[in-house]
Amino acid sequence: MKLFEYEAKEILKQYEIPIPRGELATSPDQARDVSNRLSAPFVIKAQVLVAGRGKAGGIEFAETPDDVKAVSARMLNIEIKSLKVNAVWIEERLKIKKELYFGITIDRSKRSYIAIASFAGGVNIEEVATKTPAQINKMIIDPALGFRNYHARQMAREIGYSGKAMLTLSQMFRKLFQIAMAYDAELIEMNPIVETIDGEFVAVDARLIIDDNALYRHPQYKKRLLLENKTELTATEIRAKKAGLAYVQLDGDIGIMGNGAGLVMATLDAVHLHRGKPANFFDVGGGASESQIVSALDILLSDPRTSVVLVNILGGITRCDYVAKGILKAMEKCDSKKPLVIRLVGTNEEEGRRILTETGIHVLDNMDKAAKRAVDISLGR
Amino acid sequence: MGIIVNANTRAIVQGITGTQGRFHTKLMLNYGTNIVAGVTPGRGGMKIHSIPVYDTVKEAAQRHEANASIIFVPAPFAEEATFEALDANIRTIVIITEHIPIRDSIQIMAHAKDNKAIIIGPNTPGIITPGECKLGIMPAQIFHQGTVGIASRSGTLTYEIADGLTKNGLGQSTCLGLGGDPIVGLNFVEALKMFEKDRKTKAIALIGEIGGNAEEQAAEYIANKKPAKKIVAYVAGRTAPPGKRMGHAGAIVLGKSGTAEHKIRAFENVGVKVARKPCDIAKILAKDF
Repeated sequence: MKLFEYEAKEILKQYEIPIPRGELATSPDQARDVSNRLSAPFVIKAQVLVAGRGKAGGIEFAETPDDVKAVSARMLNIEIKSLKVNAVWIEERLKIKKELYFGITIDRSKRSYIAIASFAGGVNIEEVATKTPAQINKMIIDPALGFRNYHARQMAREIGYSGKAMLTLSQMFRKLFQIAMAYDAELIEMNPIVETIDGEFVAVDARLIIDDNALYRHPQYKKRLLLENKTELTATEIRAKKAGLAYVQLDGDIGIMGNGAGLVMATLDAVHLHRGKPANFFDVGGGASESQIVSALDILLSDPRTSVVLVNILGGITRCDYVAKGILKAMEKCDSKKPLVIRLVGTNEEEGRRILTETGIHVLDNMDKAAKRAVDISLGR
Repeated sequence: MGIIVNANTRAIVQGITGTQGRFHTKLMLNYGTNIVAGVTPGRGGMKIHSIPVYDTVKEAAQRHEANASIIFVPAPFAEEATFEALDANIRTIVIITEHIPIRDSIQIMAHAKDNKAIIIGPNTPGIITPGECKLGIMPAQIFHQGTVGIASRSGTLTYEIADGLTKNGLGQSTCLGLGGDPIVGLNFVEALKMFEKDRKTKAIALIGEIGGNAEEQAAEYIANKKPAKKIVAYVAGRTAPPGKRMGHAGAIVLGKSGTAEHKIRAFENVGVKVARKPCDIAKILAKDF
């Protein structure tokens, strides 16, 4: 789960990591009031959960509170990478001497956390990583030790600081690691950390992604995840999430559901190979119950974008007879005339097939043929 | 033969009294797996399908000379359950549980490494050596004894491919689900090493998917060690949306790895044939048998 910049900054502040003075505003008037309490010049930052908002018009500068109001009015009225801007963060603009980068994420192959630091921070950090990898310092974090003060000092040294500046910077690194652990971060980064012309270090932007599987340890954010306009999820994605299902919206017209992420991805691939366009990725998971099948199909059949729905179930712990009953219930519930293509094999396959064929629904046993059939229907062949 | 589990495996089930634990214990017993005991704290003294239940792994392992464990306990307790098994000297552990926080998984893997233990999963269907031992939740009827070793990052997709192999007369030596989480125990390279040593295994199928760089590492290993056995691969997610972008740090760690295309190219560059569809795996292998 991604946190907004202002949420991440609140956490940094609690850990006494310096951030620019700033406040949140949800209306142009409020934005002006906020800036009256701050010192000019100002930065206005759209609070949206996408990377690269700066290059998409989501970060602007202003000299006076009236300018802040005007810029905020514009920003609160646009979409950034198709996400509506519901709030702006107004903060004091710093005098920049240098921009640094520090972040912590997961290294899958090392099965541990990894800390990354660079003296070339800012919006182009990924380019730096590809073109001049020597400017990126990485440190695998030993799970038994964690990221200690001496590790933080080493990294601050490696990006060129010594003495008191090194100490100050290393304390920021170390605190970020503490936040990462306390909040179960999949990713946490300060980019940039600004070294001001007065020699201070300030975290000007912060990004924090909490591991979804750890949200039970962070109930305040779990609640927020399912609030509309407070997340990057679409309405349908929220609906699926509430039903305990994994759904990702795509832009085609073939509704697809199956059990198991790998199988569903393979189904999308098969549809593409036959030149069809999936409307979504939908994994009902292992051991899906009848009611989950009903909610899933309901979501797909009632989606105005779908022209045909492809169901690909390979029953292991999922029972084909439950799936079949779920399909019938869903069709009754939505009273949909949309064509369904069903591939159903595995545990209790014969029973599942019997339930469906008795009501005139044709069942296939081959995934590739099912994908082709769905594409044929979608293209009107 | 086969790898990791066989007729000599003596397994305990952690979380045996839960719905999934109970249900799958029955299925594993039906398959002939040697399940010697179960563990659920607070339920010691009970019996599930005639299998004795203990309060601690230590008791269960000592009394029944267990050498493997399969874990079904809910995610918030999975880390400790794994530590308990390691402490009781169990060195083969299958973690079926899904949704374990990454921070916990990292601790699990570090502790397992110190103890030289094999962890399969988490979020895995488990492992099966057909005809000898099933330590997992996969539908047994799909698998048949044979000579193809399968290592896979996906559950149902593994069933799809094993089913295709079986229907084409190609049985399996061992079929291993590596697990679908970002942090898992055994990876492709380690599985490859084991399959290479296993005399029963004649060919190896690697089933990958987008995310991480386990496939790229497997390709690198193949390039360096040039295994003698035939290897075929499939990578799911060619057309998956870029999905969750992990911010700058994720991109810095992974570079271009992670996409299906990159993985497929990595395999093809080292001479591994990559199937376009799951059903093509059987076709590619059938040519050589």
